[in-house]
Amino acid sequence: MKEFTGRVWLLPDDVDTDIIIPTEYLALPTVDDMKQYAFSPLREDLAKQIKPGDIIVAGKNFGCGSSREQAPEIIKHLGVACVIAKSYARIFFRNSFNNGLLLLENEHLYDEIKEGDTITVKDGEVVANGKSYPVPAIPQNLMEILEAGGLVKAMQKRNGIA
Amino acid sequence: MTLGEKIIARAAGVQSVKPGEIHTIDVDYLMSNDGTTHLTIDMFHNQVKKPRIADPKKLVFIIDHNIPAENPKTAAAHKKMREFAKEHDIDFYEGEGVCHQIMVEKYVKPGQFIMGADSHTCSYGALGAFGTGIGCTDFLYAMVTGKSWVLVPETLRFELTGKFREGVYPRDLILTIIRDIGANGANYKVMEFGGEGAHNLSINDRFVLCNLAVEAGAKTGIVEPDEKVTAYLKEHGREGGDLFLPDADAVYEKVYHYDLSQIEPVVAKPDFVDTAVPVAEVEGVEIQEAFLGSCNNGRIDELRVAAEILKGHKVSEHVRFLIAPASRDVYLQAIDEGLVKTFMEAGAMMMNPNCSVCWGSCQGVIGEGETLISTGTRNFKGRAGHKDSKVYLANAAVVTKSAIAGHITNSL
Repeated sequence: MKEFTGRVWLLPDDVDTDIIIPTEYLALPTVDDMKQYAFSPLREDLAKQIKPGDIIVAGKNFGCGSSREQAPEIIKHLGVACVIAKSYARIFFRNSFNNGLLLLENEHLYDEIKEGDTITVKDGEVVANGKSYPVPAIPQNLMEILEAGGLVKAMQKRNGIA
Repeated sequence: MTLGEKIIARAAGVQSVKPGEIHTIDVDYLMSNDGTTHLTIDMFHNQVKKPRIADPKKLVFIIDHNIPAENPKTAAAHKKMREFAKEHDIDFYEGEGVCHQIMVEKYVKPGQFIMGADSHTCSYGALGAFGTGIGCTDFLYAMVTGKSWVLVPETLRFELTGKFREGVYPRDLILTIIRDIGANGANYKVMEFGGEGAHNLSINDRFVLCNLAVEAGAKTGIVEPDEKVTAYLKEHGREGGDLFLPDADAVYEKVYHYDLSQIEPVVAKPDFVDTAVPVAEVEGVEIQEAFLGSCNNGRIDELRVAAEILKGHKVSEHVRFLIAPASRDVYLQAIDEGLVKTFMEAGAMMMNPNCSVCWGSCQGVIGEGETLISTGTRNFKGRAGHKDSKVYLANAAVVTKSAIAGHITNSL
């Protein structure tokens, strides 16, 4: 994985998919139309403040709730480089990798940094304020999906059926 | 092996599986509703080079989230789904009920591995099947290849004993369990329910337990199947399937014990499902809307509970009480039993079978500062409408009594 650096946005425990994209905006025609409303029940202006390359650092159970795939897609479309949470809900976890959004896990990072800090993501670790936070390796099958840019593209590469 | 491990092994075509292994599996059914099917169809046409469906007979498309359509965009998404189903000879339903209710009434068999593009697909454990929610990209992959991949999860065992006391329901048990283990207490895991307490439960009650497994983060919830499952299948005109049971030496990450006779009626407070408290703690909170329905709690059992309470009462003039039977079959039975007459005489509003208020989009949306008490699946911030509205979750009896009183209560 290529090393990258980004500015941090902090989000709490249990950020659910209705927070990431409320039901009322799901009828909008494209993810680009929806993305300005991302996280709006929690923080109205956050979507406008997020810049490409930024990193979301969150508490536990990020992405809990519905299977709506627009949730990770929107985060990807906002240009977020990756999400680093204490843990993820499982459907959101699959959907994120299937859409080429990198998710990393660390138990302590969230509690030890502040919003606006700049952190660096490397293979196997995240470096913040001079301290290293280990992140578990991504399983090989997920890494293939991620590197291809999502499941559909990985499927095209792997067996040409797509 | 645990019950879930046995079903995964069968779907993977191997003798045994262990937690942590990744297996490629054959999926028995793939269910998708109008929440995301239009997105899957777009991807199928635009991103798949040689678009084909591995086996159309394994696909079920159900319109249940925004039915009847409330605007031209929804109507267009429905049209796309309807035409695609026709073109590819896919089983298709609209207006017949909530997708999981239809799947359990018409398709699911014990031992099957079923994926659905909806988080509450975990409901199928009511019949001893492994149902799990996926997104539309996973759905597309399985639709095109007939296969998917699964990481074998750890299993949590819930050993149930005894019977509920009068006025206590399976919804109180599952909300209590979710409070005890937390909203991610079963994350990536299987919740396996067994013991004599589980065998005492009806298929409806098992549906209620498994349906909310995802609210503890679980991959699925499964109740040990028994003769009640076989009888249910027979009643609904089908047979077969594998009634797997866990081995005596099955390995569980943790075993929990619940005595059903000790469970109390509870209410989950806004904005998380794992916040259950005894009803007395929220007694008196004023409500503007009440909802009876959803894949969790919109079946004949709950409608009977509500009708019994409503007899001789009127819904409060300050409350809108919306009732959406979970399927057409449930609705017809409610008409036959005279329940609908009771509801309407009391001043409740009857909705067509659909996700309704629980989905917070096409019916009974609540406004700024309003409070809803609901038998739905979730109470997240803004789930039922405005971001500054509140949702409390309770059983059918508490919801109905609250609708009459105009505030949260379990006594009339």
